[in-house]
Amino acid sequence: MTATAAAISAATARRMRLADDERRLWPLMLAPAILYIVLLVGFPFFLSLFYSVSNVTVGSRDMAFVGLENFRRVVESGTFWIALGNTLIFTIVSQLFVLLFANMLAMALVADFRGKWLVRFLILLPWVAPISLGAIGWLWIYDSIYSVINWTGQALRILGPNEWPIWLGQPNLAMASIIIVQIWRIVPLATVIILAGLTSIPQDIHDAAAVDGAGFWRRTFQITLPLLLPITLVAVLFGIIFTFTDMIVVFVLTRGGPYDQTQVLATWAFFTGIQGGDLAGGAAISLFLFPVLVAVAIVFLMLARRAEVT
Amino acid sequence: MATVEARHISKHFDEVRAVDGIDLIAKEGEFLVLLGPSGCGKTTLMRLIAGLEQPTAGDILLDGRIVTDLPPRARNIAMVFQSYALYPHLTVERNISFPLRAIGMPKDEIRKKVEWAARMFGIERFLDRKPRQLSGGERQRVALARAVVREPVVFLLDEPLSNLDAKLRNSARDELKQFQRNLATTTIYVTHDQAEAMGLGDRIAVLNQGKVIQIGTPQEIYRRPTDTFVATFIGSPPMNLVEDGPSYLGFRPEAFLPREVGSAEDGIALPFRVTRVEYLGADRLVYGVLEGRTPEAHVISKLPDNIRAEIAAGERYDFVVRKSGIDRFDRASGRRIEGDAR
Amino acid sequence: MARAGGRLRRIARSGGHAGVLVFFVTFLVFPFYWMLMTTFKTTIDLHDVNKNPFLFNEPPTLEHLKVLFEDTQYLQWLINTGAVGVAVVVITLVLAVPAGYALARMTGPWAQTLGIAIFLTYLVPPTILFIPFARIIAVLGLQDSLWSLVLVYPSFTVPFCTWLLMGFFKAIPRDLEDAAMIDGLSRLGAFIKVVLPISLAGVLTAIIFAFTLVTQEFVYGVTFITSASSYTVSVGVPTFLVRGDVYFWGSMMGACLIASVPIAIIYNFFVDRFVAGFTVGAVK
Repeated sequence: MTATAAAISAATARRMRLADDERRLWPLMLAPAILYIVLLVGFPFFLSLFYSVSNVTVGSRDMAFVGLENFRRVVESGTFWIALGNTLIFTIVSQLFVLLFANMLAMALVADFRGKWLVRFLILLPWVAPISLGAIGWLWIYDSIYSVINWTGQALRILGPNEWPIWLGQPNLAMASIIIVQIWRIVPLATVIILAGLTSIPQDIHDAAAVDGAGFWRRTFQITLPLLLPITLVAVLFGIIFTFTDMIVVFVLTRGGPYDQTQVLATWAFFTGIQGGDLAGGAAISLFLFPVLVAVAIVFLMLARRAEVT
Repeated sequence: MATVEARHISKHFDEVRAVDGIDLIAKEGEFLVLLGPSGCGKTTLMRLIAGLEQPTAGDILLDGRIVTDLPPRARNIAMVFQSYALYPHLTVERNISFPLRAIGMPKDEIRKKVEWAARMFGIERFLDRKPRQLSGGERQRVALARAVVREPVVFLLDEPLSNLDAKLRNSARDELKQFQRNLATTTIYVTHDQAEAMGLGDRIAVLNQGKVIQIGTPQEIYRRPTDTFVATFIGSPPMNLVEDGPSYLGFRPEAFLPREVGSAEDGIALPFRVTRVEYLGADRLVYGVLEGRTPEAHVISKLPDNIRAEIAAGERYDFVVRKSGIDRFDRASGRRIEGDAR
Repeated sequence: MARAGGRLRRIARSGGHAGVLVFFVTFLVFPFYWMLMTTFKTTIDLHDVNKNPFLFNEPPTLEHLKVLFEDTQYLQWLINTGAVGVAVVVITLVLAVPAGYALARMTGPWAQTLGIAIFLTYLVPPTILFIPFARIIAVLGLQDSLWSLVLVYPSFTVPFCTWLLMGFFKAIPRDLEDAAMIDGLSRLGAFIKVVLPISLAGVLTAIIFAFTLVTQEFVYGVTFITSASSYTVSVGVPTFLVRGDVYFWGSMMGACLIASVPIAIIYNFFVDRFVAGFTVGAVK
C-alpha cells in the first residue's frame, strides 16, 4: 500500500462530518434566528388577528370569539375615521416633501466640498436621535408661550403683533406641525439612500450625456432621475412604512389632541388597547396598518427580484 | 505522488450539465492540463477533484481509492487559486504554515517546512509581511509555497498565471514547470489559454460543454485534432477551415505558404487574393480570400520573418498547402476524417 | 457675452448649491442647536418672552444638567438603556451572525428570497405587535421589567442585522473558504477561523446598528414599563420629566442632547454600510 493510500484510509475514518456537510450546516445555522423571528414576530401577529375577533381585555381570563364585532365598533366610532384620515394625510403629504427635499439635498451632496463630512454628520442627527427625544425638542420649539418660531416670525415682521399661532393647539396647525416633524426625521434617511444611488451611477453616463449636448436640467430629468427610480422607490417605501405606522411623534407632541383631532391609527390603537385596556379593540384598529405593510412588502419583493435579473 | 481518476463523473446545476460524464486519468507525476473555453466545465471538474463540489454522479479516485465522500481536508491535495486566496489578515509566514497548524504539526517541524517552502520560491524575506504589501508575482509565490508545504500527493492549479502581467507570465511559466519537474508531484492545471497549455502540459485534455473532446500530448492535439472544435481552439491564429463539398478542408496558417517558398512535397494549390497584411515582428499574418469558392472562404496565412517574399494587399498570389498539412473534417459532425481520402 | 453668461450661471449654480445646503442643514440641525441653547440658559432667561431667545441674556448655567443628574433618575435610565443594549446586542449577534453567513453561502434561488423575507419582518411595526405583546409580557410575568425589552427587542434587531450581515458575508470571496477547507479545515472551521476574523468590521457595524435601534425604541418601552426606575432614556424623558404642568425644559433638552449626539457620532462612521443594508440590492 502506498503512503498515499494509507493516508487516505486513515482519512476515510474522518468522513464527512456535520461540520463539513453544508447541506446540513446551513439549516442549522439559520434555525435559531428563524425560530426567534417566528416566535416573536409571527406568533404575536397571529395573536393580534385572534384578539381582533375576540373580546379579550388586559385583565380578562377567558376570551370568547365575537366575530367582526370589534371591527364594527371601531368603524362606527367617529375617531377611527379621523385617525385613518390623519394617518393617510400625514403619510402622503410628508413623504411627498421628503421625496422633493431628499432629492435636492442628495444632489447637493454628490460633489465633494470642504466640510462635507461635517454636513453629512449634521444632517443625520434627526434620524439617529431617538424619535421621542427629537419630538420633545420640537415640543419645546412649538411651545404655546415660548415658541422660538413665533418670536422669530414677529421679529422678522412675518407675523403681526397680534398673531401668535398655537402650533399644537389648533387642529390644522397641529397637523402641519406633526407633518413637519415627520419630514424632519425621514429626510436624512431618504437623502442618504438616494445619495448612495446617485454615486452609483457611473461617471461615464454623465460624460456621455454631456458630450451628447445635454445641459444640467436635461441631464437631471432625463438621465439621473430615471436611473434613480429604483432607489428612490426604496427610500419612499421606507418613509411610508415608518410614517404610516408611527405613534411616537403624535404621542409626544399632542397625545392625539386637541380632542382627538390629530389621532393616527397607531396612537388610537395605543390609547384604546393599552391605556383603555380594550385589547381586542386596539388589535382591530392596529390591523388597519397591515394592508399598507403588505403592499410595501410586495413592492420590495418585486424590486429585489428585478435587481437580481438585471 | 498519486494517480488521479475521474470516473463517469457528472455535475448538474439544475438543467445545466457543467460536467457531463467524464472519464479521465492523470498518471503519477504527470502535468495534465485541462484546457477549454469559459463554461466548458474545467474548473468544475477541478473542484470535484478537490472535493469542493459534490458530484451528481460518478466518483473521484486518488491512487485507486474512492475519495468521493471525503471532505477536501481529508484528501491530501493542495490547490492554488486564480486569486491566490491568501488569508489577508495573516502574515506570509502564517499563511504558509496554516495547513500545517490545521493538522496540529509540532512547532519546530512547522518552522522547518515553512523555511524550506519559502526558500524554494525565494520569498524568505517576505515572511513577516501581509499579502497586501506584496506584488502579484510575489503573492503567487506565497500561494505556491502554501500549496507545497504539506507535500501533498496532487497539485491543483486554477489559472494561477492569469492575474500576472503578460511580461511576467512567461518567466513564471518556466519556473512553474521546473518546480513541478523537481517535485514530481501529479499536477492538474486549468487554463483557457491554449499557448499556456501547449507550453506546460505533458498531456492536454481539451474540454467543451462538460465533456473531454480530446486528450493527448501537445503534438498529438496540434497535429491530429479529433474535431473542428479542437482544431480551431488550438493554435493562434486558428486553423483555416474551408468548405469543400461534404467536408471541411483544414490547414494551419503556417502550412499555407506562397508557391515559391513551398517545400518539395506535393500540395494543393489555392489561388489567394490578399486583403490585409499584419506585420507582427516575428511573423506576418496575411488575411485574404480563396478565389473561386462559394461561400467566400476567408483564410489566414502565417509567414515567419525569414520568408521575405513580397506580399501586398489587393494582389493575387498562388499559395500552396502541403499534403501533410491537410486535415479533413466531416461538415455534419465536425469529426476528423482519417485515411487518405484527401 | 457667452463667457459672462457662463460665469454667471456657474456662480448661480454654486450659490444655489450653497443655498440648498444652508437651508436643509438649518432645518435639520436647528432643533439640536436649540436643545443646546436651552440646556445652558437659566430658567429665568428661558421664560422671558421679551428677550431675544437666540442670545444668552443671562450667563450660561449648568444648573439644568445638575438637576438632571442629581434630582432625576436620568442616570439610571442611561444605565438601563446601556444594559438592555448590551444584552440585546449579544442575543442579536448569536442569532444573526450564523444566519447571515448561511444565507450568504447557500446556493439555490430561494436563499435570496429568504433573506429578503427575513428583512421584511423588520418592517412589521411595533404598533401592530404591541397589543398582543402587552398580554404576552403580562402572562410571562415580565411586566415592568427590563427583561421584557431584552426578550422583545431582538424581534427587530435580528431581522435587520441578519440582512446586513448577509450582504457583508457575500462580499467575502469564497476562494478564501475553499482554500481553508483544502488546507485542512471543515466548512464550519473555515467560517470560524478564516471568515469571522476578516468580518470584524461588518460585525461591528451590526453591533452599532443593533445598539442604535435599541436606544431609539419607544413603543414597547412605554407599553411594558411603568415604574420610573426601569425606564429607558427614550421613554423616561418624555414621560417623566414633566411634573404636573411644569416642563423642566432645560433638563429635558440636556437629556435629549446627551442621549443623541454621542450615538450619532459613532453611527456616522458606519452609515455607508447601513445604507447598503437598506437599499435591498436595488443599487448594484
